[in-house]
Amino acid sequence: MDNTIVATHDTHAEEHHHVSLPQHRHHFETEQQQREAGTFGMWLFLLTEIMFFGGLFFAYLLYRNWYNPAFVAASNQLSIPLGTVNTAVLISSGFFMALGVWAAEVRKKGLLVIFLILTIISGCVFLGVKYFEYKEKWEKHHIPGASFDISEFVNPPLNPKTGKPIEEPLAPDMAQKTQVFFSLYFAMTGMHALHMIIGIVLLFWLTWRAHRGEFSSGYVAPIENFGLYWHFVDIVWIFLFPLLYLINRHPGT
Amino acid sequence: MSTTSTTIVNLPDQRTATIPKKNYITAEDGLLSWLLTGDHKRIAMLYLVSITFFFFIGGAFAGLIRLELLTPQPDLVASDTYNKLFSMHGIVMVFLFLVPSVPATLGNFLIPIMIGAKDLAFPKINLLSWYLYMAGGLFTLAALVLGGVDTGWTFTTPLSTHYLNTHVVTAGLGVFIIGFSSIFTGLNFIVTIHRMRAPGMTWFRMPLFVWSNYAASILMVLGTPVLAITLVLVVLERTIHIGVFDPTLGGDPLLFQHLFWFYSHPAVYIMILPGMGVISEVISTFSRKRVFGYTAVAFSSVAIAVFGFFVWEHHMFIMGVSNYSALVFSLLTMLVAVPSAIKVFNWAFTLQKGSITFETPMLYAFAFIGLFTIGGLTGVFLGSLGMDIHLTETYFIVAHFHYVMVGGMLMAFMSGVHFWWPKMVGRMYPESLSKLSAVTSFIGFNLTFMPQFILGYLGMPRRYHSYPAEYQVLNVLSTAGATVLGIGFLLPLIYLAWSLKYGAIAGNNPWQATGLEWQIQSPPLTENFIETPIVDYEAYDYEWLAHKTEQEVTTVG
Amino acid sequence: MHISPVLWQFLVKWLTNSALFPREASTIAPYADALYFFLLLITIVGLVLVGALVFGFSVRYRKERNPVATQVEGSTLLEATWTIIPLALFLIVFVWGALLYFRIYSPPTNATNIYVVGKQWMWKAEHPGGQHEINALHVPTGQPIQLTMISQDVFHSFSIPDFRVKREVIPGRYSTVWFEATTPGTYHIFCTQYCGTKHSGMIGEVTVLSPEDYKKWTEGSTSGMSLAQNGERLFASMGCNACHSGNAAARGPSLAGVYGSKLRLSNGSEVLVNEAFLRDAILNPSQHAMAGYAPIMPTYQGQISEEGLIDLVEYLKALKTNYRVQQTLTTSESNQAAPMTPGVVKP
Repeated sequence: MDNTIVATHDTHAEEHHHVSLPQHRHHFETEQQQREAGTFGMWLFLLTEIMFFGGLFFAYLLYRNWYNPAFVAASNQLSIPLGTVNTAVLISSGFFMALGVWAAEVRKKGLLVIFLILTIISGCVFLGVKYFEYKEKWEKHHIPGASFDISEFVNPPLNPKTGKPIEEPLAPDMAQKTQVFFSLYFAMTGMHALHMIIGIVLLFWLTWRAHRGEFSSGYVAPIENFGLYWHFVDIVWIFLFPLLYLINRHPGT
Repeated sequence: MSTTSTTIVNLPDQRTATIPKKNYITAEDGLLSWLLTGDHKRIAMLYLVSITFFFFIGGAFAGLIRLELLTPQPDLVASDTYNKLFSMHGIVMVFLFLVPSVPATLGNFLIPIMIGAKDLAFPKINLLSWYLYMAGGLFTLAALVLGGVDTGWTFTTPLSTHYLNTHVVTAGLGVFIIGFSSIFTGLNFIVTIHRMRAPGMTWFRMPLFVWSNYAASILMVLGTPVLAITLVLVVLERTIHIGVFDPTLGGDPLLFQHLFWFYSHPAVYIMILPGMGVISEVISTFSRKRVFGYTAVAFSSVAIAVFGFFVWEHHMFIMGVSNYSALVFSLLTMLVAVPSAIKVFNWAFTLQKGSITFETPMLYAFAFIGLFTIGGLTGVFLGSLGMDIHLTETYFIVAHFHYVMVGGMLMAFMSGVHFWWPKMVGRMYPESLSKLSAVTSFIGFNLTFMPQFILGYLGMPRRYHSYPAEYQVLNVLSTAGATVLGIGFLLPLIYLAWSLKYGAIAGNNPWQATGLEWQIQSPPLTENFIETPIVDYEAYDYEWLAHKTEQEVTTVG
Repeated sequence: MHISPVLWQFLVKWLTNSALFPREASTIAPYADALYFFLLLITIVGLVLVGALVFGFSVRYRKERNPVATQVEGSTLLEATWTIIPLALFLIVFVWGALLYFRIYSPPTNATNIYVVGKQWMWKAEHPGGQHEINALHVPTGQPIQLTMISQDVFHSFSIPDFRVKREVIPGRYSTVWFEATTPGTYHIFCTQYCGTKHSGMIGEVTVLSPEDYKKWTEGSTSGMSLAQNGERLFASMGCNACHSGNAAARGPSLAGVYGSKLRLSNGSEVLVNEAFLRDAILNPSQHAMAGYAPIMPTYQGQISEEGLIDLVEYLKALKTNYRVQQTLTTSESNQAAPMTPGVVKP
């Protein structure tokens, strides 16, 4: 038995005129369907990323509740100036990315490339700052594991002006729990940094393609969808920063 | 159409019939054209070959386990080896077979066709899914070859993080990678079903197979990432001792349990829902009737998915969780059982006033209904708090999940493979041999696992290498059954392979079924449809089918 | 149980003699079995119903008898029926199961406490009177027994199938289960949570004795030192009495009578002092500091084995006055080492 759909239509197949753009994938009926599917797919992927980070956030919330004093003391070890700089850098990178999307939409190739490069630079600055932060943790023996040193939490250094310890000293068993904070700090910021590195690699690729003019004639979907990913990575940091850096901070400390 | 025959199979005249020259298999030649394909049908076949391979590896482990359990003494293999056997059996069967089985083979092949699309939304990601599956499978095989992993498929901490020196990291990474394969498949399905339905194909005209896979995809997309991060934490704890699950460092091993089961419970619905979708299609076709209560079945699929996210703690009732949380989760577990019951009755009533024949897919579907009923109801035993205390961690659990996973899911998979085999390869398998396999596996299955319910209530713990002598008789029965079951699964491998060359030519619609996949050639063209179909009829519309067939006879002649 | 007790006895005896059913050896076992039989009943009824429908329809509507199918959309009435009836049955099962659960996990106040420490791959039972057992547990009939359990390493699970009780044994916190044995005899103890190589070797026997026999056994198998006595020795040798001397100016609060009391902590909350609290306070003192006292107590994490902690807990449970505490202040060097587990505890 013949395929009845074939029987009535295959003579018409060759006569189909269809001006299709180079990026059009032929399993989609229309450009619009393709674009909508791509965006929907990226949003779904970001949803999976939320669930992925969610496990870490849940662990964090649990242990912060259990070991609050340790979390406060450990959080105070993180540098607010550096963290703020990083936050500003990431927000700027998000701004540049958004400008890049606009540039693609108005088909300005040069601007698009510039904005993508600025995004890369911001991302690299962020990672550079994080490297310094991690290095400092290494030097102070605050990396969880055999060489973790709790002495700073049990005997905090004294403030030279007042002669009082700059931090509330912790009992040794609570000081041990600062390791849990740092474990989560490294896991969460590390996972975040990994996503940033992947994003930057993709950015290099997109910049190269943008330079070749692939995105300046109306095909903006990859830039838009990557923008979504980049903004998501940005938002994860916006949550990480206050949760990790800003526990119980008071002005003047 | 003869009214006196006992089958609805309608094959073209074998003297003149041929496989259509142009189809997705002949479209391009060479290994690379398969390994770099974007065609969802080719990817489905790639999956079919690979999951079959892993199924038999997992099955071999099962055989060794049952051989060991013939005697109460630990005399066949060393304890560590036995622990590796059941761990690898679980890991391979759950992650490398059950989770991808229907979605990645039948789902990949059929979903675009069933909704009138040319392919899935993201063909390259589909191919990536398969490569991730293979990479994860390779990691798992590596763990096996390097010496095995003995954490159990549940990777319980602190055993897996601090007390074992086997290849936990390798296996954990393997499962992590396979998880992403699953996530991308689910993502692909959701976008495809939302965005690529043909004109006229509304949500409520879709076949129920699509609904079931959609519900399973939601679970895949939302649940699997949590498993991923859990495994990352286990690997980190094992390698650099971060202490998230270590009580001596302030961590909580129960946190691991919550995180692990948050995925692993929905995982069981990921496994069963697509199988339920197959059953809907098969029961309908072999009763010549629309599925009874289409809307109820569709919504039940989604309800199972949604409720399935809120019952995970029922794996932890005796672990010292708060009594009140236990109450909540037990109640929710009772609720999640209801949609499954609704489906079973809807399938049963689909038979009423139908015109029923008993081809192989239908036999497997009947097996599913009976065995899934037992498996599902024994789940109610376990969801009942006080009963769970006695039954948990015993062979009752083993029997329960094998009834739903093997008696349910695997029977459904076999049903689906037999049902859509003629569509996928263009040829029929030998019916009498396939019926024999179905009956053999049904008998073998019950003989293997029914005694295990009894063993469970007697108190025999699971994952035991040796056991008290009074449990031997039941264990021997179980092993005898396993042998029969194994034969029941080996036979299809042989005759399905045979049919690739020697099977009868199937034609477009050997089962005279509704559904878009049966209106195109077997095997289908690469692009599935020459022109996008326009759908103006409901799912399982046998009157439309009868009308259309008459029309063909009068117009095409 | 509304079925005739004669029928019940017959059923249970026949089943247990046929090696297809475990013995009922505790007070809770018949309750568990009753629920089980109910569940079996609804399963069989459900299966028969579904089977009858499927087979019945298959025969009545097979193609030879019914060549043309009649298309049926559905039936809201039927949908409601097979939604509501299963839901009702499952809710009955839920309530029944919940009641049973609370029964099994709520020990009566007059229960005798026995400690169980699980480790790879054995069970150690410690009676308050100082009897120590390995992979064995002797209990009397007619007396509720509470097991307070903890693991030294990984998750284990303590199961006595003939009593229908089981509980996970976890590192880092106590878990409890109770039972009252009814019939003298020996019954299996299993570890039911996979715990490594010799998981299936982590088995033992409960020996249930009549009260008189049990008394003889306790007298015959004691090591001479009760757990509390060991605990007192530890309390002194580890220097606890230095701060917890019970003196007015002591740096730590008096512990006499603290067990069972409601304690106000320095963070403002009020807690009931039970075994878990006492154990945690020794290991994580800063989170358990009493109001009015500085959190200066050092942690003993890694310095005391679980058995040592059990001894201390038993000691504190019985501590009514600080008389002997102060007596031992001057003789704080013990001539016996605290119980240790090799490899786990710092010497």
